[in-house]
Amino acid sequence: MHIQRTIKYEADRVRGFAEEIMSLAGCDRLKSCIQCGTCSGTCPLSIYMDHTPRQIMALVRADFKNEVLRSRTIWLCASCYACTVECPRQIRITDIMYALKQRAIQEGVYPRRFPIPVLAHEFSRMARRYGRITETLLVMRLFLKSDWRALFRSWRMGLGLLRTGRFSLRRERIRRVQELDQMLATIPEAPATPSTPRQTP
Amino acid sequence: MNPRPTPSPEPRIGFYVCHCGSNIADSVDCAEVARYVAGLPGVVIARDYKYMCSDPGQELIQHDIREHGLNRVVVASCSPLLHEATFRKAVSKAGLNPFLFQMVNIREHVSWVHKDRQAATAKARALARAAVERVRYHRPLQPVRVPIRAEALVIGGGIAGIHAALTLAEAGKRVILVERQPSIGGHMAQLDKTFPTLDCAACILTPKMSAVRAHPNITLWTYSEVIRVEGYVGNFTVTVRRKPRYVNETLCVGCKACVEACVFKDGRFPDEFNAGLSRRKPIYLPFPQATPQVVLIDPDRCLNLKTGKCKKTCVEACDRNAIVFDQQPEIHEVQVGTVIVATGFKLFDPARIPQYGYGRYPNVFTTLEVERLVNSSGPTGGEIRLRDGRTPRSVGFILCVGSRDHHTNPWCSRTCCMHSMKLALLIREHLDAEVTIFYMDIRAPGKGYEEFYDRCLREGIQFVRGRVAEVTDWAMTPEEEGKLVVRVEDTLAGFVRRIPLDMVVLAVGKEPQPDAQELRRLLNLSCSAEGWFLERHPKLAPVSTFTDGIFLAGCCQGPKDIPDTVAQAGAAAAEALALMDRGHIEQEPNTAYVDADHCSGCKSCLPLCPYSAIQFDENRGKANINEALCKGCGTCVAACPSGSIHQNLFDDEQVFAEIEGVLSHA
Amino acid sequence: MKYAYFPGCSLKGLGRAYEESLLPVLRHLGVELQELDDWNCCGATAYMSVDENRAAVLASRNLALAENNGSTELLAPCSACYLVLNKLQHHITEFPDLRSTVQTALQRAGLAYRGTVRVRHPLDVLVHEIGLDVIREKVVRPLRGLKVAPYYGCQIVRPYATFDDAHQPTTMDRLLTTLGAEVVSYPLKTKCCGGSLTGTVPEAGLRLSYILLKEALRRGAHVVATVCPLCHFNLDAYHEEMERRWGPVRIPTVYFTQLMGLAFGLEPQQLGLHRNLVPFTFPIETTAAA
Repeated sequence: MHIQRTIKYEADRVRGFAEEIMSLAGCDRLKSCIQCGTCSGTCPLSIYMDHTPRQIMALVRADFKNEVLRSRTIWLCASCYACTVECPRQIRITDIMYALKQRAIQEGVYPRRFPIPVLAHEFSRMARRYGRITETLLVMRLFLKSDWRALFRSWRMGLGLLRTGRFSLRRERIRRVQELDQMLATIPEAPATPSTPRQTP
Repeated sequence: MNPRPTPSPEPRIGFYVCHCGSNIADSVDCAEVARYVAGLPGVVIARDYKYMCSDPGQELIQHDIREHGLNRVVVASCSPLLHEATFRKAVSKAGLNPFLFQMVNIREHVSWVHKDRQAATAKARALARAAVERVRYHRPLQPVRVPIRAEALVIGGGIAGIHAALTLAEAGKRVILVERQPSIGGHMAQLDKTFPTLDCAACILTPKMSAVRAHPNITLWTYSEVIRVEGYVGNFTVTVRRKPRYVNETLCVGCKACVEACVFKDGRFPDEFNAGLSRRKPIYLPFPQATPQVVLIDPDRCLNLKTGKCKKTCVEACDRNAIVFDQQPEIHEVQVGTVIVATGFKLFDPARIPQYGYGRYPNVFTTLEVERLVNSSGPTGGEIRLRDGRTPRSVGFILCVGSRDHHTNPWCSRTCCMHSMKLALLIREHLDAEVTIFYMDIRAPGKGYEEFYDRCLREGIQFVRGRVAEVTDWAMTPEEEGKLVVRVEDTLAGFVRRIPLDMVVLAVGKEPQPDAQELRRLLNLSCSAEGWFLERHPKLAPVSTFTDGIFLAGCCQGPKDIPDTVAQAGAAAAEALALMDRGHIEQEPNTAYVDADHCSGCKSCLPLCPYSAIQFDENRGKANINEALCKGCGTCVAACPSGSIHQNLFDDEQVFAEIEGVLSHA
Repeated sequence: MKYAYFPGCSLKGLGRAYEESLLPVLRHLGVELQELDDWNCCGATAYMSVDENRAAVLASRNLALAENNGSTELLAPCSACYLVLNKLQHHITEFPDLRSTVQTALQRAGLAYRGTVRVRHPLDVLVHEIGLDVIREKVVRPLRGLKVAPYYGCQIVRPYATFDDAHQPTTMDRLLTTLGAEVVSYPLKTKCCGGSLTGTVPEAGLRLSYILLKEALRRGAHVVATVCPLCHFNLDAYHEEMERRWGPVRIPTVYFTQLMGLAFGLEPQQLGLHRNLVPFTFPIETTAAA
């Protein structure tokens, strides 16, 4: 039997974290959160999360950055916006989840082969490089980088897609990629993944 | 006749500038201002002092008036709204006419809005000089006394209006109580029991209703509406429209033989008193204890009134010949001195929150509907039944429906927590059902309320802290089949739960009445941003309004429970009584007057007066202003083409002197 | 009638049947679609997870290109594209910082966006612009006897309930009824299908799709109608895995445009129906459950 001691001290808080998250587009309504739990009640994924959306909001507001960025919650958010629509204080919870995902990726705070951030990274890389996504190639990269065994488990689906003509390996791309390069160059680089991703403890 | 103002031959002006602690002194060099004014012509004495409004400060003025023979006084301090009355009183106590006093605002207008000390002091000097120049032209005036009539009007016959009317009537005042519904009683009459004592609502309300009916000083006009209000404090002329019941109120004794005999064998139309849960006939008595105990006929449903083709069995059945099918609406005009507005609230319509399924799923109810179900004179005789007749085994209450929600109403409706707990307790008493209350907070601030919450906990009512996002009929497990399912985060226990329920009750919040805006325009009242009628001050003047003589009582001013409503009604009655007992009100003599010598009789001023205070004397061919009706708005003064209308306290000479005073300093 | 058309990556890839059915159906109604030249990926949910400014800039190129062509309306059938473009439009109006970031970026590429393009969903255009009366006239083979579960998914009704109610949308219900089909009562019509979590975290994401199919069957539906290529993929491509984990859910999923095409008398092959992994034919030869 493993006895765990859990107590949080003020030193565990990262001052300024709440301000930082709330400064992202339209997220300052978080201040009005009354912890009613509507978001968790309506979130279809909340039953799989280690912290419910409501708990994440409480943790963000109290500057508990490490607990938030290390939770599975932010990756399990499917961006269905049910919470945002139901919240009686009209807090943009989904946008806050996006902000937390961005923070976590920037700081490399997620397990190395966790498929969701890997998908986000591979997707954005492909979109940036070619301007369009070739789904089949994306999925293959995703599996290679996270769980290559899953690729084999989906052989039947792959065959089905081949049979129905939905499986195309032809690279989709735009003609004027340079426009994308020029546009994205105006934005200071936030690393898609840092060079040494940290493991979660 | 008002003589034209001429400068006093020998003005002896006393000038006082107040430090107001540090409020003024921090920005304005008061001593300097006093020194400057001392040097102006006509100024006999100029002082600065820390708190002019205090007793010693006032005594200073009085001493100077006596010692130095002052005949004009100027005080430079805070806003006249705050202390003009104080200083006028002080001045008159020393024997000087209070309107020979002028006040200068160097707090709100100078020290509170300017930081630069030099500039602020310069502005204070300019304003002080302006006042000193002006006050020369002041003449002694007498305040206008307006009599207050000893009759009161109470609009709204709920518990607030009833209590206010009884209080006023007991004090010997004549009261007219106007109620829109066919019976008085309001929302309280629809309740079964009242929290926290579980007193039967009808048992405590009906004696008061009867007292209203029986009281010699109260004229009860139900099924009536106020359609016009004119006049002002102490002298309101109110027009009331009495809607036709098609029944003679003095003859009908409420025996209901006509209802029995109606050609509609059964009730067909939604019964408003039972929240639409039962049906009534076109001719009906609103509820058993309706006051007055008189039936009425619904003209939109009655066959005879709609088509003219009916056997009129009701007329046959009535042995007092009380049914009058050609009854017309009556228009009454009454004169009253004060008005108490007690028009109550409207319940939030939960169909505005489609996620809760009201109207879509039959077994989603409102708290009011359950209140009627629980009541023994309700649609089911006191049995709590679902819409298909079954008895519920599991009931869930969802709190804050249409309250504390930025999508609908942001405020807290104050009584729903207690109301829901009360109903939960009653349901536990009537049935062996599991009752769960889904809440964000439990608000139980009143006397005995927290103890009531504890009682509910001890009676085994389940409390789940989590706001319900959705009520659905989608079943995930066999036990959920055929039930309403609530998915909620139990925030205290720390997990998400799915709870199947037979019956869901929505604790709907309160809103202002839908015609609140129309009513407030009739009475010239203000509303808060949310739509509740505005009190004069949220802390210190909760029953009076910015319109003198009109008072507020009950939920029309904001959500509250019965104890607070009754207390507020008593307070409103008391303040109305204070006015009526004093018998008069003194009005500021800033009234307009006509210089008959110059009036050309063009009549341009007559239609302009919003208070209808100007009459035309046909014999003399001159306009004449009624001092008591004039409110000093200045419209006629500005409009008169020959410049023959002037205004006390705002004569041209006074205003020009003030302007020159400011400019000469510049 | 002509509309600028933003297909999005999926309609050219796994979701090609959506485009294959949308184009002929609209043509049948007299609407021509002009594919936006050199359109780029909208970024969907993935890019937003990495950097919101870069995501906004990426998506904005499409709006700039559309405006440059003189289009005031841009049709985006994929729910994710529809949301991303709509959200961008709202955000650059509401947040001046973001607006200037986007405009600076566009300028560098010689583009500009003044905010005049309205992003529309085909469901919106069909029901509110073309109108159900016109559609009803084109129905030659009413879908009589077909019970359909109308599945809207998330991102066309939330968070911007532009053309339909966020909780009880009815545009697709009304459209399907106009085609002669019977629309079953479907309380899960706006519940999430799991999105991109179905492949990455199947125990959570895939289960959401499983629940949708199970309830559709329970309600007596023969087929689920969707508006989004990702929803379609999730509901169509994972039946074996769902059966292995939780139980069988044998109900096909089609795009609502495919049903429209069938009702208009077009051939299944023309509408991409042969691309379904779970086959669907009309008339129903064998009724699926309940």
